[in-house]
Amino acid sequence: MPAREHILHKIRTALGRSSGQPPGEAPPVRLRVPAAEAGERVRMLAERFNGTVSHAPSAADARDHVARLVDGRRAVACPSPLLERLGVFGLPGVEALPDGVDGVRAACAAAEVGITGAEYALADTGALVVIASGQESRLASMLPTVHITVLAADRVLTGLDELFTTVPDPAAFSSSMVLIGGPSKTADIEQILTLGVHGPREIHLVLV
Amino acid sequence: MSVAFHQRIQYALLDERLQQAVYAATGRLRDKRRGSIVPGQLPDYQELRTHAHHIKKHTMENLDYYLEVLARRVEERGGRVAWCRDAGEVQEVIGRLARERGIRLAVKSKSMTSEEVHLNEALERSGVEAVETDLGEFIIQLAGERPYHIVAPAMHKTRQQVADLFEAKLGVGRVEEIPRQTMIARVVLRKKFLEAGMGISGANFLVAESGAVVIVENEGNARLATSSPRIHVAVAGVEKVIPRAADLAVFLPLLGRSATGQPLTSYTSFLSGPRRAGELDGPDEFCLILVDNGRTRILADRGKRETLYCIRCGACLNTCPVYRRIGGYSYPGVYSGPIGAILTPQVLGLSHEPELPFASSLCGACAEVCPVKIDIPRILLELRGEVKKQEARDRRWGPEKLGFLVWAWLMRHPRLFELAGLAAQAMLSGPGDGRWIRSLPGPLKAWTASRDFPPPAARSFRQLWRRRVRTP
Repeated sequence: MPAREHILHKIRTALGRSSGQPPGEAPPVRLRVPAAEAGERVRMLAERFNGTVSHAPSAADARDHVARLVDGRRAVACPSPLLERLGVFGLPGVEALPDGVDGVRAACAAAEVGITGAEYALADTGALVVIASGQESRLASMLPTVHITVLAADRVLTGLDELFTTVPDPAAFSSSMVLIGGPSKTADIEQILTLGVHGPREIHLVLV
Repeated sequence: MSVAFHQRIQYALLDERLQQAVYAATGRLRDKRRGSIVPGQLPDYQELRTHAHHIKKHTMENLDYYLEVLARRVEERGGRVAWCRDAGEVQEVIGRLARERGIRLAVKSKSMTSEEVHLNEALERSGVEAVETDLGEFIIQLAGERPYHIVAPAMHKTRQQVADLFEAKLGVGRVEEIPRQTMIARVVLRKKFLEAGMGISGANFLVAESGAVVIVENEGNARLATSSPRIHVAVAGVEKVIPRAADLAVFLPLLGRSATGQPLTSYTSFLSGPRRAGELDGPDEFCLILVDNGRTRILADRGKRETLYCIRCGACLNTCPVYRRIGGYSYPGVYSGPIGAILTPQVLGLSHEPELPFASSLCGACAEVCPVKIDIPRILLELRGEVKKQEARDRRWGPEKLGFLVWAWLMRHPRLFELAGLAAQAMLSGPGDGRWIRSLPGPLKAWTASRDFPPPAARSFRQLWRRRVRTP
């Protein structure tokens, strides 16, 4: 018997189930979305975010913040419409990601700063939600030592429960959704916290 | 108790530095967990635990259904699924994937399942260098050891030991500062990430309806291992499946807090299949390895099925008075602590280390902290019963059995029992100093090697009772 059939057969024998038998009733989905006004969400996010938060009332402010954070260092920016609209690509040091997987990897590995957008942020844990696409790269938020994210302030959700209410199945959109709760960190040697073990040491959020 | 098991325990107990390191490290993790689940932090904690338990129970009771949904969804998204009955099949499938693509270097993120099937050794044998990239795993791989703790694999290593290892194995100068050691690892491993043809990860959860692998971590090595190489291979036990993405809203808050006291870890990846058309980066190929390796046997045992609910948070290790003393390497198998004590006998067979279920005080702390409410003490008791039944079947009657037979016989004969009690009192209370008895003579010495006895009371219960009846 092939392994797949063998394993399924053993499971069905163990459970007394037959092939094609529908499952029993699943426990209900448990999602509790608290009521919170936009201002309250942003305030909580800023308080809990594991990095710096800059508030940008206008596109020009946002661009200035990004420029200040990049500080002329070698940076790559994802081709997101928001970053283009803000004029991030015209900033000194900032390059667009090249085409092709190998090019993206090499550019991200060579850059000191990665600039990305984010789909959402979660107020209760201060986490960013980055969904891979033709506009957002996976590696731009991992390979550089500094990660800058620009997010529209109306994209702040209360938490995981609201995220899965809004996006019940992330796999429907993308091969990768990642929640970023802070910088890359480890405490594997003597439980001493060290930042930037594999990925960014710093994260900066610019809220537009 | 096998000689090896006994020796490993004695070795750990004699190493004072190790004792202090493990006791302190587990204590810190335990305190962080405690602080993160108080009502002010997570008011729904108990409700979430109960819900998580129900979701796991439901999924295990319909496991064939959810695995078929999962496999179908993975394949719809362009991924492959390999079903593996045992360790040998996992090694073979991954070895073949590497061989067919001419891959000589694989980067690995932390996976207890891959430890369980001894994947690294097998890959090395087939000419593939497999590099552990989690810092703790990297250190123990250099040392040629196995994980000391489910969540903190190098918990037992000091910065000096890491300095020795890096100096000897990486050809770098001696560095004892932890941040600099971490940076050395970053540089060495960054090169590996960019060169590797294959990234191997574990999975904290498999989401059936999404065909997704969920990986929870702090370092980002799993993100790199699953994003940079051209093929991502995820190795996961069949019990890792949950029905829906929304169920993560229950499990993620419990996992992070139970493991390290974090409401959410630095990175939670939700990965479904290879890079899709138009996406900027990600692997060309994705293969999910579904591992049985004894799990279907556990599933068949209704009384112990809940062993499979485990989400590998390590909270039971940090709270266990036994683990905190004897440490991870005393346990046989790759899983240590209370969960290892119920998992290992069921996967490797009771005869592998029959004393393992007895190496517990049954204090119940593990069940109290378990985020999915596994009743570990009850399962330990069931396993003990099975060991004893097997001994009776084999007619292996040790001195302990004889002792209990005599005891049972005495208890059925009140006068003799009282006489024996008086005799024991006369023998044991010698100086009458009321101190605990640490050693008994003759064959009873073995019993007191790991147990202390309370001193006999000045008067037995029967004596007191008689006096009470006489003088109302």
